[in-house]
Amino acid sequence: MHEMGIVSGILTASVEAAARENATGINEIRIRVGELTEIIDDALCFAFEALTPGTLAEGATLLVERVPGRSVCAECGNSFNHGRFDVTCPQCESFLCELVEGRELEIESIDIDLPDENDTGETP
Amino acid sequence: MKVELSKPIFDRNERFAAENRALFNEHGVFVLDLLASPGAGKTSTILATIAALRDRYRIAVIEGDIASDIDAQKIKAHGVPAVQINTGGACHLESDMIRRAVDALEIAEIDLLIIENVGNLVCPTDFDLGEHAKVMILSVPEGHDKPYKYPNIFARAEAVILNKYDTMPVFDFDEAEFRDVVRRLNATVPVFPMSATIGQGIEGWSEWLTARIEAQRVAIGR
Repeated sequence: MHEMGIVSGILTASVEAAARENATGINEIRIRVGELTEIIDDALCFAFEALTPGTLAEGATLLVERVPGRSVCAECGNSFNHGRFDVTCPQCESFLCELVEGRELEIESIDIDLPDENDTGETP
Repeated sequence: MKVELSKPIFDRNERFAAENRALFNEHGVFVLDLLASPGAGKTSTILATIAALRDRYRIAVIEGDIASDIDAQKIKAHGVPAVQINTGGACHLESDMIRRAVDALEIAEIDLLIIENVGNLVCPTDFDLGEHAKVMILSVPEGHDKPYKYPNIFARAEAVILNKYDTMPVFDFDEAEFRDVVRRLNATVPVFPMSATIGQGIEGWSEWLTARIEAQRVAIGR
């Protein structure tokens, strides 16, 4: 859908957080994406490669953790994972289920290089 | 070094959406975000809704389109305040656009604000604008298989309008299958058959919307 906008949001937040720590670079950005959002991994990676050059995240790895849909049945209390297309309770076949996971879109963590850590002399 | 962020990617959008919602509640404005494909009848549905509810509520409209102010002009021609947002290519509205559009309206003079989102069944689904309800319109010519292809929007809508219902005899639209798939995605969502341009089937929809607006007023203590 709007992966460019998403990646630019990820980059803004990550670069801000890295700059606060006086980081010299970002090695890795971990994000969580629910299966029930309209996000495509390939498009995320494409946008990431396009937008990172010249930023602290240049050369960083984008790790995407997919969170499956999970609902709780309002009738029998069963908690179950499901895909995008059918939110029916597998135990009692009720349609009355409340989604509890699967719409996540968040930056979990970043891994950064700090100037003090680099006593190996590899990083300027 | 690892730094935990646990931060929503749409942080900025969610922040403005929360501000919008607080502003709407402060002024007792009920806000509807209307989603559909291009040509499903969003503007016609808005006009039919205005005709049905204008004696009861003071209505205003925010029109979202990639370009032009054709829709806002149509609404204004009926004596209803309207603001046009041109996204200039973006496929959905975001909450900061709504905030700027609201600045151009007299918020104290509005009971019901209808936002016509950009025609698209995918992107607008994931963006909170600060609305109280997202409602989607599917028109009969689009086909009964759309919930299979775009499940998310059907799962998130609080009501589904099945528009251009009068064209049912000339299209191969299986209403029973449509209702069954919608129910699997969203058990309690009401489906309102309607033909907006000829004003048929407006009653069920406008009664639902009125009940929803009144429930919101109770919820915010007005």
